[in-house]
Amino acid sequence: MSLLMPLPEQAIMARREELLARLRAILPAGNVIADETARRAYECDALVMYRALPLVVALPETVAQVSAIMALAQEMNVKVVPRGAGTSLSGGALPLEDGILLGMAKFNRILEVDFENRCARVQPGVQNLAISKAVEYAGFYYAPDPSSQIACTIGGNVGENAGGVHCLKYGLTTNNILGLEMVLMGGEVLRLGGKHLDSELYDLMGLMTGSEGLLGVVTEVTVRLLQKPVSARGLLLAFPTVEAGARCVGAIIARGIIPGGLEMMDAATIGAVENFQPCGYPLDAGAIVIVELDGTPAEVDHLVAVVEEIARAEGATETRVSQSEAERLRFWAGRKNAFPAVSCIGPDYLCMDGTIPRGRLPEVLTRMDGLAKLHGLRVANVFHAGDGNLHPLILYDASKEGDIERAEKLGADILRLCVEVGGVLTGEHGVGVEKRDLMGEMFDETDLAQQQRVKCAFDPQHRLNPGKVFPTLHRCAELGIMHVQSGKLPFPELPRF
Amino acid sequence: MPLTPRDEADVTEAIRAALAEDAPLSIEGHGSKSALGRATRRERVLSLAALTGVTLYEPQELVLTARAGTPLREIVALLDAQNQQLAFEPMDHAALLGGARGDATIGGVIAVNASGPRRIKAGAARDHLLGFRSVTGRGEIVKSGGRVMKNVTGYDLSKLVAGSYGTLAALTELTLKVLPKAETEETLLLSDLGAEKGLAALRKASGSPYEVSSLAYDPQGDAAALRLEGPQISVTTRRDDLTRFLADFDGATSILAADESRAFWTRIRDAEPIAGEGVIWRVSLAPTDGFAFVERLRGAGAPIVAHVYDWAGGLVWLRLETVADAHATAIRAIVDALGGHATLIRAAADIRARVDVFHPQPSALASLTRRVKEAFDPRFILERGRLRAEF
Ligand SMILES: Cc1cc2nc3c(=O)[nH]c(=O)nc-3n(C[C@H](O)[C@H](O)[C@H](O)COP(=O)(O)OP(=O)(O)OC[C@H]3O[C@@H](n4cnc5c(N)ncnc54)[C@H](O)[C@@H]3O)c2cc1C
Ligand SMILES: Cc1cc2nc3c(=O)[nH]c(=O)nc-3n(C[C@H](O)[C@H](O)[C@H](O)COP(=O)(O)OP(=O)(O)OC[C@H]3O[C@@H](n4cnc5c(N)ncnc54)[C@H](O)[C@@H]3O)c2cc1C
Repeated sequence: MSLLMPLPEQAIMARREELLARLRAILPAGNVIADETARRAYECDALVMYRALPLVVALPETVAQVSAIMALAQEMNVKVVPRGAGTSLSGGALPLEDGILLGMAKFNRILEVDFENRCARVQPGVQNLAISKAVEYAGFYYAPDPSSQIACTIGGNVGENAGGVHCLKYGLTTNNILGLEMVLMGGEVLRLGGKHLDSELYDLMGLMTGSEGLLGVVTEVTVRLLQKPVSARGLLLAFPTVEAGARCVGAIIARGIIPGGLEMMDAATIGAVENFQPCGYPLDAGAIVIVELDGTPAEVDHLVAVVEEIARAEGATETRVSQSEAERLRFWAGRKNAFPAVSCIGPDYLCMDGTIPRGRLPEVLTRMDGLAKLHGLRVANVFHAGDGNLHPLILYDASKEGDIERAEKLGADILRLCVEVGGVLTGEHGVGVEKRDLMGEMFDETDLAQQQRVKCAFDPQHRLNPGKVFPTLHRCAELGIMHVQSGKLPFPELPRF
Repeated sequence: MPLTPRDEADVTEAIRAALAEDAPLSIEGHGSKSALGRATRRERVLSLAALTGVTLYEPQELVLTARAGTPLREIVALLDAQNQQLAFEPMDHAALLGGARGDATIGGVIAVNASGPRRIKAGAARDHLLGFRSVTGRGEIVKSGGRVMKNVTGYDLSKLVAGSYGTLAALTELTLKVLPKAETEETLLLSDLGAEKGLAALRKASGSPYEVSSLAYDPQGDAAALRLEGPQISVTTRRDDLTRFLADFDGATSILAADESRAFWTRIRDAEPIAGEGVIWRVSLAPTDGFAFVERLRGAGAPIVAHVYDWAGGLVWLRLETVADAHATAIRAIVDALGGHATLIRAAADIRARVDVFHPQPSALASLTRRVKEAFDPRFILERGRLRAEF
């Protein structure tokens, strides 16, 4: 692998036995995994290119145990990598050879469902979809719906600020949580927010969301619940070109309509999907757009007609409107299968994740095509079209000499292109180790130093998930962090009012 | 005389000069909120009022970028022309704090994380801030976020600066998510239920599928109000469905048509029902606790003059008779027992110097909060003492 992680610290490796013994004093016997074969199960997340064997895997079951582990790690100067289900696509949960892998899978209980306040308190290891399943009998659901929702955990969703098809209308994780309980490096337990809205002073819950496990370990999440819309209908719109599809998406939004879902696929992906598990997508289309409209039946019928009219005006070659729930789900089936389908047309693929201003889509696609040719590879595209979040799938063959490197280079070029047109390096998968070295494309030294100072406020020794997100680690002292000892103020002589 | 930088470079220079002299700076937009927060000695004022202008507005992309001193009024007018809006409904403070209506800057709005009745559906100001440029208390230009809707590149510092009251950085430019305006709106009023039942009706409606965008109860008129927004056909059918859904409550129903509805929610947004003499508090709680909070406060003998519930009971605005501690002890004890936070919005400067304006935090959280402040502003140059006496 081409990736550089900080070299394991020998001083820590040398104290492994002591660490194991002290972890065993905190946790029940089976919850400290020291055996090499068992540790292998944790050596990577969904970014399988990068692997490392953790020093030890710890599986706490209570907040007190998490707190004790963190305090121990701080004391022994050991690194900690939090992990949910390990579905991160950016290597956020990649273990460290000199670090504890803190698996949160045993935090798997829904603690409270409170319909009157429209929220639920859940432990971080609960799967995203399990929350919706637990409340669906009363007509409720949890809105953010990453495609990985049957596997990924709510703690990992907070770590990555995960989103899905619904997020154009209903927001990302950050817009759908009300409270967090977390443990800092050192063991302090904090509660942020609760069942009420908005915090006072600094919004640390907002900061925690998407912080990729670098600031604290989430031990409880209070999520907002929404009532399911009364009805939903889908439209399957076919266009001769991706450009025409993109124009249609713009026109829908310009008309003031924010659909519940708005996704697009290019010809390569359509072909792959139909090949994998046919669901009736038109094979001659240059692009298809799937629109979902939800609300009361009267509203949905009205909007369906408006969207159909817009699509025709933008040159749709075919417009289908779902006439039943089964048909709506069929429209989605292909989109939901897009990733596995693509993996059938090439042995391997690298899933990129950049966001661009939607209006630049045609230009970006053309240039992306050029870049792919330059590197001698193919790209298939599925996008969250409504919000400009692209997932180009770079097809390669790991068994071919140099293909991995080519794929990585093409990926980096695509992300640079996203930034160049006013977009960002990652829309939902996080920076992790994958895009770490590209952070300089978006931020200058001062911006990055300020972000790292925020890290210092939480974790001055950089023990929590180091090597992720930031290209180089600075010591907090180099960043000019001033520490206030035992509550003494700087400038005690100055008047305070 | 405030310092009035013309551009970001000037802002940087002003903050560096303040650092060199160790002379704290107060930041203001139009200064309409100077009476808000802890009372501080405003020796040197850095006004962002001259940093004006919308630098980017792409209605199709739902995005707008403006310099921090741009008047809110100007942004609202620009959005209006495209049938768009700031969906978080920033409040106008004039009814509570005096001054001219509409006199706020977009920087000030974001710096206080101001959000109105639609908060429960559309999110707070912080949810609409996509990115920003700023000058920190270190005198460094720092940007974060971007202009696209989905972005998890680096820490989400937008969340930190929204609601930071100018204590971390002087915001110089903001990029906001804007949304289409609804085609129309209507408000369903359920009257004569009393507060407890009225609030229960609101909570039931908030868990309904009818997408009620705002839910308030005004004890003055004994009315539970439910706002529906969207295309006319949708509003009409949802209103009928909702009326049936709430039939058990047996309230007297009436409808406010679009114009009346808008006027009604502006009044709630601006907390007009509680305007008048006395001290003013804003309390955020779980919706089920709103009523209990007011009852317990009455039980504790606090002289409530007026109050109104927004956010289905989750937000309580109160006006009480003035006393030395502004009733902070009583209010905070109840809020602590229930979970939530209480902010002293208006009281004389001597009171605001004595009692915590913002809700006290447990010690681990308080020290983390302070370390975050230090990460941006280690010498406490910006708005020293505004949030907490110690920074
Ligand atoms: C097939 C597939 C489809 C996907 N689709 C989407 C999608 O549509 N949208 C999307 O947003 N993502 C998607 N993802 C990415 C991934 O599923 C999400 O990022 C998810 O949120 C990760 O959750 P996890 O539980 O697997 O976390 P992990 O991978 O275990 O961890 C993710 C990050 O969070 C941190 N973390 C985990 N738990 C905690 C905790 N308790 N406290 C603090 N930090 C913690 C980790 O250190 C790591 O940095 C997809 C992944 C796959 C494999
Ligand atoms: C106590 C109080 C509570 C309020 N609560 C709400 C509410 O819950 N919902 C609501 O909708 N509205 C609320 N408002 C109204 C809201 O404050 C105003 O709409 C807005 O802040 C006025 O802008 P301004 O330019 O006059 O701000 P100013 O009074 O000039 O400044 C307000 C605060 O923001 C800071 N600030 C201003 N500009 C910048 C900048 N460019 N960079 C960094 N910091 C800056 C200042 O330092 C100060 O702390 C509240 C007002 C008050 C007084």
